[in-house]
Amino acid sequence: MGGAATNRSGPVPVGGDGSPPAPDPTEQAHGAHGRAREPAGTNGEDSILQFLAARGISRRAFLRFCGAMAAALALPAGYGPQIAKALSTAPRIPLVWLEGQDCAGNTEGFLRASHPTVAELVLDTLSLNYHETIMAPAGRAAEKSLSDTITASPGQYIAVVEGAVPVAEDGTYCLIAGRTFRSMVEEVCGKALLTITVGTCAFDGGLPAASGGPTGAAGVAAIVPGAKVVNLPGCPMNVQNLTATIVHYLTFGALPATDSLGRPYFAYGQLLHDQCERRAHFDAGEYVLSWGDEGSRKGWCLYKMGCKGPETFANCPTVRFNDRTSWPVKAGHGCVGCTMPRFWDQMSPFYRRLSNPPGFAVDVTADQIGLGLVGAVAALSVAHGTVSYVRARRAGDHEAAGESGPVPTIVLPEPGEPGAGAPPTSPPGASGGGEVS
Amino acid sequence: MARVVVDPITRIEGHLRIEVETKGGIVTDAWSSGTMFRGLELILKGRDPRDAWVFAQRACGVCTTVHALASVRAVENALGLVIPTNARLIRNLIAGIQYVQDHVIHFYHLHALDWVDVVSALSADPARTSDLAQSISAWPLSSAVYFKGVRDRLQAFVDSGQLGPFANGYWGHPAYALPPEANLLAVAHYLQALDWQRDVIKIQAILGGKNPHPQTYVVGGMAMGVDPNSPTALTVRRLSEIAELTARARDFVEQVYVPDVLAVAGFYKDWAGHGAGIGNYLSYGDFPEGAPDDPRSFYLPRGRILGRDLSKVLPVDQASVAESVAHSWYTYEGDETALHPWKGQTNPKYGGPKPPFDTLEGSATYSWLKAPRYEDQPMEVGPLARMLVAYASGQADVKTAVDDALGALGVGPEALFSTLGRVAARAIETSLLVNRLGVWQRDLEANLKTGDLAIADTSRWDPTSWPDHAEGWGFEEAPRGSLGHWIVIDKGSITNYQMVVPSTWNGSPRDAAGHRGAWEEALIGTPLADPERPVEILRTIHSFDPCLACAVHVHDPAGGPGVTVSVV
Repeated sequence: MGGAATNRSGPVPVGGDGSPPAPDPTEQAHGAHGRAREPAGTNGEDSILQFLAARGISRRAFLRFCGAMAAALALPAGYGPQIAKALSTAPRIPLVWLEGQDCAGNTEGFLRASHPTVAELVLDTLSLNYHETIMAPAGRAAEKSLSDTITASPGQYIAVVEGAVPVAEDGTYCLIAGRTFRSMVEEVCGKALLTITVGTCAFDGGLPAASGGPTGAAGVAAIVPGAKVVNLPGCPMNVQNLTATIVHYLTFGALPATDSLGRPYFAYGQLLHDQCERRAHFDAGEYVLSWGDEGSRKGWCLYKMGCKGPETFANCPTVRFNDRTSWPVKAGHGCVGCTMPRFWDQMSPFYRRLSNPPGFAVDVTADQIGLGLVGAVAALSVAHGTVSYVRARRAGDHEAAGESGPVPTIVLPEPGEPGAGAPPTSPPGASGGGEVS
Repeated sequence: MARVVVDPITRIEGHLRIEVETKGGIVTDAWSSGTMFRGLELILKGRDPRDAWVFAQRACGVCTTVHALASVRAVENALGLVIPTNARLIRNLIAGIQYVQDHVIHFYHLHALDWVDVVSALSADPARTSDLAQSISAWPLSSAVYFKGVRDRLQAFVDSGQLGPFANGYWGHPAYALPPEANLLAVAHYLQALDWQRDVIKIQAILGGKNPHPQTYVVGGMAMGVDPNSPTALTVRRLSEIAELTARARDFVEQVYVPDVLAVAGFYKDWAGHGAGIGNYLSYGDFPEGAPDDPRSFYLPRGRILGRDLSKVLPVDQASVAESVAHSWYTYEGDETALHPWKGQTNPKYGGPKPPFDTLEGSATYSWLKAPRYEDQPMEVGPLARMLVAYASGQADVKTAVDDALGALGVGPEALFSTLGRVAARAIETSLLVNRLGVWQRDLEANLKTGDLAIADTSRWDPTSWPDHAEGWGFEEAPRGSLGHWIVIDKGSITNYQMVVPSTWNGSPRDAAGHRGAWEEALIGTPLADPERPVEILRTIHSFDPCLACAVHVHDPAGGPGVTVSVV
């Protein structure tokens, strides 16, 4: 973590009675971002109350949000006041949101933020200085917003990147203001306090990097290997995970713990299959076999319709989308594995059932079992005393796998050790993402 | 002559560069350049056609769902599938709320800041703002206390010295014409619309699992189970949630969005004289209310208007579409000739200056977008095209709504052919569709009551039931205009996939004959009060609601009959 984060970093004491701790000296806050005109307050409680009053937010609603964030991050309830304090400290931290080979799906996801709302995030918590889809200025005036931020706050702003970075043909597949997107990412992420990639395209190249794509699309960590990058893949990412990551950073001055792909454990630490509301039907052998059949009406398991939940690490079933309204499996369609590396190639065809019958493994993480390694998941279940047949999954074999795939073999690796069917590839983002602590 | 460059054009989806030449403060020529390419259609080759919609949907996350719908329609057309009534109505509901939410977001969050001076709102009198609000609408959030709260919140934001996305806006520009009270009203509704859009789009989450990128389409229908008696399916309770959200959507559209558009338009009537553009309009039509593939059953009709002649609605034949690459960053032998998409060959060939650069002046080719043409003519697509085609076709709802809006503004139909006309047409369309949602929701309930639980035609789900070779196409009217997907399937795999999308029609560069695209043509004659702060260019470009997610044309490595495509 750079020194720039000083006002946010380090342990922030919580009062023994759970009251908000005293704030950092405001001078320190000014020094950190150099933008503040007005301190938020003179002591913790007043500071929060003033902050809320000035923004027309009820204290209760704000603390409810902080409680929700603490829950999302699996923090003890007592952290609520600490989060509240972190969010109400002026000045707001500058944020630069870049869009490359993207579809703006993550921007739309951001606009669906509910706890807090996007208005609260943009007006009260962050200073969204550059976001082409949202910002008022255009052309040179927009460029000025970007250069002002980089110049005034070097090493003190958060970069968010949406979309892949094309490197073929000298980067001319994505140009902004006459420069390549690649040069923009190198400059902005290179000078950022930290970078958060949103969506799978910025994570590992995503859709434009899928087989057949001609543009040399890459993820951010591969383009700026020295940058601090945390990855929030998904198509799109779940905005609740973005909010929680930012709140974690503002509260503790550090990014949440991540796996070797730079994905936070709090969001990508568990198999989707193990959290799925239809899991009981899988265990009971009750499957949807045809669209509109009895099983589909009764909410049975979608494994045989190609659901990729048994190979996918994500918190969709618990967080859901659109203010917890639903998620694809709840609405009757299988998971396509969109949080996983190279999912457009590795998880498709989307309606082919996984060649590796999923087992039971409640507490594994992507790192423990190896990347995308369902073989190991099932093997763990063997270690847990459940017999499973596991098929090797080889690189690029998705065309050959399936109903007439390889003969089942039993593999018994030690838990935590990559077993048969080693992952086909690591995404280019893996190394950079792995540097995140 | 002076050249003005605007790049990035912000408050759109995607990457767009506009260059214009001006003389005496008036735009005399314009160039539209799409500056990003992904290659989606090439990526689709060789894949399972049933997967295509998942890929194609990612063409755009702003007009999410529309490419998914065009894609499943193309495959269903190729395989001869007719979707069940429940699936047709669910698709109408998903696409319908997309229009409503997308159009409102466009007005408040993408377009309004071209008309609304945020800084001026600070000097508004809350009591007079309240009077203004109550004079145009019965919307309850309209007290002086409420507007004072909004103004104070805005003041605190400005006083923080961190203007975030509003920094470096063109505040104080002489082209801003609203009084402070109207500006404050619009700022308040900008914030309200942020909350509103998040809530009403839950209809898509209920029916599609999430938004953006809902995930319940399947070739042949939908994946969602429908059964009033099963708690895990689309139940009566879920339908009533949809009804409640629809009511909320309708209240905001009728009491906030439409009155605001009319109020703002009243201060900018001069913009009924700018941005006319090419005057040719195309609509594929959509929202089947009977046979899903019969245009006669569409709520919004199919048709074409030429030269602003509303006395004639001409037919639409997909065979009459051709694309030119004469000024695009592609090449092929004989590339001065426009080709029907099925016959197109495309090899990307960047022809702009080496980056970084200041201008595209002097580059004969200047965009990743191709130039689609109908019988060699450029066409405008989008809400204005749809409303004009429906109006000229005598569609009763549309005729009444358009005449009412024109009457409220005290202008004639000729005012529609303009920047302001596009803004008004989008609002009119929204008010019509938000009411139609209720009709489809009740139709769905009624159909379920008959015991019809069919949700998908699965007779061709198994690829072994497919012919060795099949071709299909799917049309969809996206919020931004006419969208077409074409597919060729050989032995179970995609061998050709093409998309010709709304912003390619509207944002195309010149064709071989030198015809400008719709955006380029619409900018001619635009006054620029201050070339350093060209807000007038933004007004007209934004009136089309550009969406450039992937202005893609595909290189066919085999050099064979080609995949040629453009996407937005």
